[in-house]
Amino acid sequence: MKKAILTGNEAIARGAYEHGVKVAAAYPGTPSTEILENITKYEDIYAQWSCNEKVALEVGIGSSLAGARTLVAMKHVGVNVAADPLMTFAYTGVNGGMVLISADDPGMHSSQNEQDNRLFARFAKVPLLEPSDSQEAKDFVGAALNLSEQFDVPVMLRTTTRIAHSMSEVTLGERVEEGLKPYHKASQKYVMIPAYARVRHQLLEEKLVELKQFSQESNLNRIEWGDREIGVITSGICYQYVKEALPDASCLKLGMPYPFPEKLVREFAAGVKKLYVVEELEPFLEEEVKVLGLEAVGKEIFPLTGEINASMILERIGGKEKPAPLTLKDYSLEEIPMRPPVMCAGCPHRGVFYILKKLDLIVTGDIGCYTLGCLPPLDSMDSCICMGASIGTALGMEKADPTLKGRVVAVIGDSTFFHSGLTGTLDVVYNLGSSTLIILDNRTTAMTGHQDHPGTGRTLKKEPGEPADLEGIVKALGIDRVVLADPLNLEEVERVVSQEIGVQESSVIIFRSPCALTVKEKDAPAQVNEECVYCTNCVDLGCPAMVNDTQSEEVRVTQEQCTGCGLCIQVCDFDAIEKAGEAGE
Amino acid sequence: MNNTINLLLAGVGGQGTILASRIIAYAAQCSGLTVKLSEIHGMAQRGGSVVTHLRMGDTIHSPLIEVGSADIILATEQLEAWRWLPYLRQGGKVIVNSQKISPVPVILGLKSYPLGILERLKENVPETFSLNALQLARESGNEKAANVVLLGLLASHMNFDRGCWQEALKAVLPAKILEANEKAFQRGYDFK
Repeated sequence: MKKAILTGNEAIARGAYEHGVKVAAAYPGTPSTEILENITKYEDIYAQWSCNEKVALEVGIGSSLAGARTLVAMKHVGVNVAADPLMTFAYTGVNGGMVLISADDPGMHSSQNEQDNRLFARFAKVPLLEPSDSQEAKDFVGAALNLSEQFDVPVMLRTTTRIAHSMSEVTLGERVEEGLKPYHKASQKYVMIPAYARVRHQLLEEKLVELKQFSQESNLNRIEWGDREIGVITSGICYQYVKEALPDASCLKLGMPYPFPEKLVREFAAGVKKLYVVEELEPFLEEEVKVLGLEAVGKEIFPLTGEINASMILERIGGKEKPAPLTLKDYSLEEIPMRPPVMCAGCPHRGVFYILKKLDLIVTGDIGCYTLGCLPPLDSMDSCICMGASIGTALGMEKADPTLKGRVVAVIGDSTFFHSGLTGTLDVVYNLGSSTLIILDNRTTAMTGHQDHPGTGRTLKKEPGEPADLEGIVKALGIDRVVLADPLNLEEVERVVSQEIGVQESSVIIFRSPCALTVKEKDAPAQVNEECVYCTNCVDLGCPAMVNDTQSEEVRVTQEQCTGCGLCIQVCDFDAIEKAGEAGE
Repeated sequence: MNNTINLLLAGVGGQGTILASRIIAYAAQCSGLTVKLSEIHGMAQRGGSVVTHLRMGDTIHSPLIEVGSADIILATEQLEAWRWLPYLRQGGKVIVNSQKISPVPVILGLKSYPLGILERLKENVPETFSLNALQLARESGNEKAANVVLLGLLASHMNFDRGCWQEALKAVLPAKILEANEKAFQRGYDFK
């Protein structure tokens, strides 16, 4: 038996391979991205990046209909985008087994909200599995596909960041080819007109009763009897925290929390003196327990926000103190400067936000690295809601208050534009808006780690295709004014933005320059010469390669970090910054 | 519980802490220990403070180290060693790269980079080992291998088999940079 240490995401990819998945689709999103990146290593599986999660799920539905075992992966907020097909796919059911991975993010390590998608599983009426380590992440992919085929329903496998990005040991198996299930036309099953859908909904309710029975008998859920004074019901990563904090307590581990295994829970509750529920975010299990009329303690002592940890459980259930931390001399948190994430040295987004701030514009923002433009010193983003929201938000502001015309710009990245910017743009044209839309085209999906998208013309499998013509698409949507400009030339940025916000019609500016992390060749770094009067203009760019030494009143450039993008040279009024090697020329 | 090693790796996004933690995880597995590791990447990796939890032993449940229970803190930047110090247990060790990377509030001149961190670390933790990993990495022919220099120093404080570290470097690092990294590892290992 070969063993490996894998992250939850790597284990899910391995599970897809071993359990005969033929097609996988996703849109990148932390903490789910590496699932597809790892699946693509397996030749036997067709894997693709889709433009967005809705399309990814629709591709998955088609693949399932055609009889293939299928996996679709996304982060929690991606499920919002895919919710439309999901809710009805639960009615139609599957042909080939289908597992939907929802990677949730309690604590919001890299997300705009911390919605608990266990509620989505219940809302969509699809069975839910929750692994608590990498071995289970791999095994549960198989369990989900089997369940899916046995009950003719898609299955949600929900992870959280601590499962997706934690590594633990996994025993590897071989791939078992499942073959394609033959496709049979079955319009009453797959065509959801109301008359057919009513029948399918009724069927789904009946399936859920059977699934509850399954869940009660399944080894996915298990009681671990220990000391009967305390019983804890838990699932996912919290199971590990419970075992860490209360190794002797009785524990009911729910690997399949929905449909809720009522009989098993009653049996467990009857066997312990005091019942606790330990779960992050929503009281999902707790409500199910309380609906059964059982007494349990959950959210009275655990938070509805953020993550839980073993110390918290030890204190709040075990009544024990945390380990005493070091008594530190001369240590104060106030003295330690925060280290927020920052746009990289040489990032092509930096100059654009510098100018947007200078022009004092209202900037409706979007999701990507450039969201960091909201932080000081650039401090030039007014809103950021979800993928694609910048465009509609800008239009709405202008419609509500016409005096804002010419003061609002929407900012969106290339990958985000392909994800959900097209419809917003069309809406602006259709509704005679005069918004200015800035597309920051850095030729990649940068924030999640440089994945391809339609604009790069390379698929996940690295097949070369024709890059999507961004200018052509924007024009085809009805935008007549499309300007292409260089974001590393501040004069050009200022001129183009000023010009475009001044016109009465809607327009699009595409600032095109590749992500600094994808450019192998660096330019000569900048250096500060003796002309410097310490005006700190350059510092206002917020470049991590600049050091402002307030003690000696000097600015310096960290040569190893500098990419030579030249923005600091452009903002210096004293010719005090030059390219290394050009001194005195 | 009794033979568990809790190791906290702290650094700045882009310094290779995640790669370093994977090398340690492989070496631990090769030495017959159960390993759990928890990393965070995504938005925080863009020059933010990043921390990876590594737990090794016979039976490990949680992948997370609780405050006050790390045996070793390995930091690729000195301010990050200081920031995460409350995680260290009484009698723990700190292995720290002397490199300073200014966070944004310091770059902007809003906060100052705390002075004398290395001395203060020593004052609080007698077993503090600092070295200039960037310098040693440059001398080994690969500036990016500072993280592996630190791993060498860490290895000299742990009882994993030397061959396991060798295996781990091979398993995790691309072949073309392996040699420079092996040199870097040795530099750290021999550092006194």
